[in-house]
This record gives sequence, C-alpha cells and structure tokens, in this order.
Amino acid sequence: MTAAPILTVAGLSKNFGGVRALKQVSFNLMPGELLGVIGPNGSGKTTLVNLITRFVKPTSGTVSFKGEKISHLPPHKIVRLGIARTFQMVKPFYQLPAYKNMIIPLYSPRMKQLAGGSYGDRNAMALDLLEEVGFERDAFVAYKVAGALPQGYLKRLELAKSIALQPDLFILDELFSGLSLAEVASIVPIIEKIRMAGKTIIMIEHRLKELFRIADRIIVMNYGEKIADGLAEAVMENETVKSAYLGTEAD
Amino acid sequence: MKKRKERIDRGIKVRSSDIFALLSWREMLYLAAPRLLPVVGCLVLPLILGAYWQKVLLSVAVFALLAISWDILAQTGMVSLGQALFFGVGAYCSGVMNHYWGLNPLITIPVAAVMGGLICTLLLLPVLRLRGIYFSMVTLIIPLVLVRIIEATRIFGGTEGLSGMTPLPSKWIELYLVMAVLLTALFGFRRMMDSDYGLVLKGINDNDRSVISAGINIYWFKAQSLFIAGAIGSFCGAFMTHVYMFVGMPVFALDYSILPIAAAVVGGPGTLAGATLGAFILVPMSEALRGFGGLRIVLYGVFLVVFIVVLPEGIFHFIQRKYHQFERWVEVEK
Repeated sequence: MTAAPILTVAGLSKNFGGVRALKQVSFNLMPGELLGVIGPNGSGKTTLVNLITRFVKPTSGTVSFKGEKISHLPPHKIVRLGIARTFQMVKPFYQLPAYKNMIIPLYSPRMKQLAGGSYGDRNAMALDLLEEVGFERDAFVAYKVAGALPQGYLKRLELAKSIALQPDLFILDELFSGLSLAEVASIVPIIEKIRMAGKTIIMIEHRLKELFRIADRIIVMNYGEKIADGLAEAVMENETVKSAYLGTEAD
Repeated sequence: MKKRKERIDRGIKVRSSDIFALLSWREMLYLAAPRLLPVVGCLVLPLILGAYWQKVLLSVAVFALLAISWDILAQTGMVSLGQALFFGVGAYCSGVMNHYWGLNPLITIPVAAVMGGLICTLLLLPVLRLRGIYFSMVTLIIPLVLVRIIEATRIFGGTEGLSGMTPLPSKWIELYLVMAVLLTALFGFRRMMDSDYGLVLKGINDNDRSVISAGINIYWFKAQSLFIAGAIGSFCGAFMTHVYMFVGMPVFALDYSILPIAAAVVGGPGTLAGATLGAFILVPMSEALRGFGGLRIVLYGVFLVVFIVVLPEGIFHFIQRKYHQFERWVEVEK
C-alpha cells in the first residue's frame, strides 16, 4: 500500500488521576483496512476510542486524520470530518419507533455538508438505512418501538446510526458483545459491505473468533499498552500476547 | 382469582394516529376536542369571569407560560430552579425601557422578551456544561445574587423599585394578549418538541453522548433551548411589569421559580399541555383557599402531596390515557 495513512495515532496517553489508562500508544491505519483491537477487560480499548473521538481529552500524544491533526478539536467537529463511532452500551430512545431513532444522526450538520444543503425526507432515509442493516421492511420491524426490539436489532440500529453519517472511518466498540452466534453471523455481512465500499474500520472486540475471520490486522492491548500489532495468526503466536491474554484460553 | 388491568387503545385512536381514516363527525370531534377545548376555554374565560377572577386568570396564564418554559428546559435535560431569573430579567428590561425612555408597553414587552432571553442565555452560557443538580443550583443562585446586586448598588430604583409604569391600553388587551401568547406558546412549542429539531433537544436529555456522536454541537442546541425558555419567561416578567405598573426586587421571588415546577409536575412533565393544565389547577386553587387564612399554605401543601402521591404521572397523562384507551379487568393466567 502506497497511500498515506488515514489515521495516525502517535504517543497517545491518558491518566485518570493516578491511573495510567493508556500509555504511549502509536499506530497507523491505512485506508480500507479493518483493524481489530483486543485485550482483557480494563486494558484501555474503550479509552483508546474515547481519545480518538475526543470524548475524553488525551493527557499527551496526537491523533491525525487524513494528515490533519484532530486531537485538539471538540468531538462533534471530529464526527463532521468523517469519523463515526458506536457505543458499547446501546441506549436508544426506548419509547420511540426504531426509525425515529435515526432522526438525530440524519439531523447532523454532516448530512448538510454531504448533501450540499438539500436532502430528502428524513423518515424515508431512516427506513432505507434500517433496511440496509436488516430491519425487514415487509415485517415493519423499523416501526416497532425500540424498547420492544431484541438486542441484536438494537446493535444494528446503533450501526445504522453510524452508517447514516457516511463516515470514512468507523469505530465499532464491542458491536458483537451480548449477541448470539446467529445474530453475529447476520451482522458480519453488513460490516463486509461497509468494507467493500472502501471504508476503514476499527473494531474493538471480545469475540475473537469472529473478529479474526474478518480483520486485516490486530492490535493487542494490555494494561494500557500496545503489546502486539500484526496479522491475526502472527499475533496469536506472540508469546507476550499468549501470557497476557490468550494464555489461559490457549491452554 | 387474581386479576390485572388491561389497557387497549380505542379504535378511533388507532385509526386517527396510524392510518388517519376518519369515519364520522364524531371521530372528527374526537380528534379536534383536545385541541379545541383549550382554545375555546382561553378565549371564553375572560368574558365570563368577574373582575377579581380576571386578575387571577392573568396570573394563571403567566404561571402556565413559566411552567411551559420550565418544561422545555427540562425536556432538554436542564432542570432549572430559577424561572424567577427569566421573569425578573424580563421585568427589569421592560421596566427600564418604559421608565427611563418612556417606550410604549406594546414595544417594550416584545423587545424585553427577546432581550431577556439573550441576557439569560448569556448569564447561563458558562454553566451549560454542568449537568443535573449542578446546573439547577446555579440557576437557583443567580436570581438571589441579582437581587442583592440591585439592593447594594441601588440601580434601577434599588429596594424601592421603579413605579408608575405605563399600563396596557385596556384590561381586555391585557387578557387577550396573554391568552394569545399562551395558546401560541402551547401549540407552537409542542409542535416544535415533536419535530425533528425537538427530537434532538430531547436526545440531549436522554443520551447526550449519542447526540454528540452524530456530530451535533449539544451546547449550541442547549443555548437555543435556553433562549426559547428565557424569552418565554422574560415575556411573563415584562407583561406583569405593565400589569402591576411596578417593577422591583419581588420579581426575583422564589414563587416564580417554584410554582411553575409544581405546576409542571402536578400537570404532567414532558408535555407542555400538562404544565399548562397544572397552572390552571394550582393557581386558582391557591386563590380559592384564601378564605382559610393562615391555614391556606398548609391546605395547599396537602393538596400538592395528594396530587403527587395519587397521580405521580401527572394529571394530563392520566386524562390522556383515559381518553385514548379503555381498560378492563382480565384474569391473570396461571
């Protein structure tokens, strides 16, 4: 790959009081790559996401997106540049129909930028987007109140919200957690489709089997540090990783 | 035999909200009645009430507007304990314009509403980042501080206040002006809160991180909501300045902060109609209890507690449910 990296993270650190949640993490991400970030609980994966999207201010280090430094921008400006994230804990408007939950991302200033000022009916756009992530139109799933939907649909709703923003970089924070095998299997094609469109994806995951099947590259975190970076097979073979994280499972 | 209550939407409710097929005049009326009732009520009440109750009606409408203003803020996730700030700032704005520059009340009232909204937004702008009780505390403190500033520096008449304001041309203009504003605010802002814009505001209350992650600047939206609420509150203050023909330190009184909250809670928070209904119940009740002298506040307090315990969801939500659904007792399956 000769292209310039889409995302550069350099020496990113975060201290919460005396706790060093993230220590000097650096990596590059090439356009179109699917990067998996794994690590035990509390290893700093979600902190990494929060620092890139600037929901949390970094103690030191920089993040650059498409060659421009973004680590000084407020979070909503970062989204407008084309980085969308999902949350580990989905918290939709439980009392509203699923498609009404899509209105907020569709109201985003990013939509105005992309559409050049004019765009269609938000409700219709919401229904189209939800159909894309598997809300069967014939079964009127999108019209059901979010509170009545199973977890699998709520996660898809979360994914649809980020797709609505048409970002160049998706950061998916534990999209598969709490889902059954069948539900995960039904979401994987959606991610593959995003990837086929040439988008870059970072996935934070605990579900290693599913992740290794789709990821180009894996970063392993432990105690706030990046301890391995490479192809899935190579990472699995790495001794530090085995002892820190996979060790117990591999036995 | 254990039984439970089952609630089912009335057929007409389903037809009118989903597929919008109305079959008869009766069904048209079913849809129109909840909207017509407050409109007709607000237009007819001033005509049938006596002079004393007309004055009460003015303060009912003002408290209803303050409750609407409180509810808009609450729906955006900002629980204010200081509607008196909005009221007082508006009152002083129009008072100063009328007293020093001799402007007509029909000019000072709208100008004071907009100006008051701006001033309140600017005053609270630095604390927009605060959430929950921290924001509430600041809104409670600012009016208290402003009172002391006026007292200490003796600006705008100091403790005596400014008197001799120009009254509105006639009591009918007073009554119908405030009624028109109330109806416009009630239906207009209800529509606003149901629109996509309102959904974003409610989203800030529900899950602000999710709104930020859509690339929306929540502080800008919070400021807009603050301006709207501030302008409504300032209108009330400016209006009452010309009704009482006086503006002074009592405009920052705690009543203007607490009663709107009580009205919104008793009436049903989250719906502007509930806030209005609450004011229409609480304010006249407080007047009717005047005969009890010192016990008035005790009885008033008891009524408030009873309302909140018996109907915690709010009167409006209760009525709405009865209107749209019927209930029946069914046996609980084993």
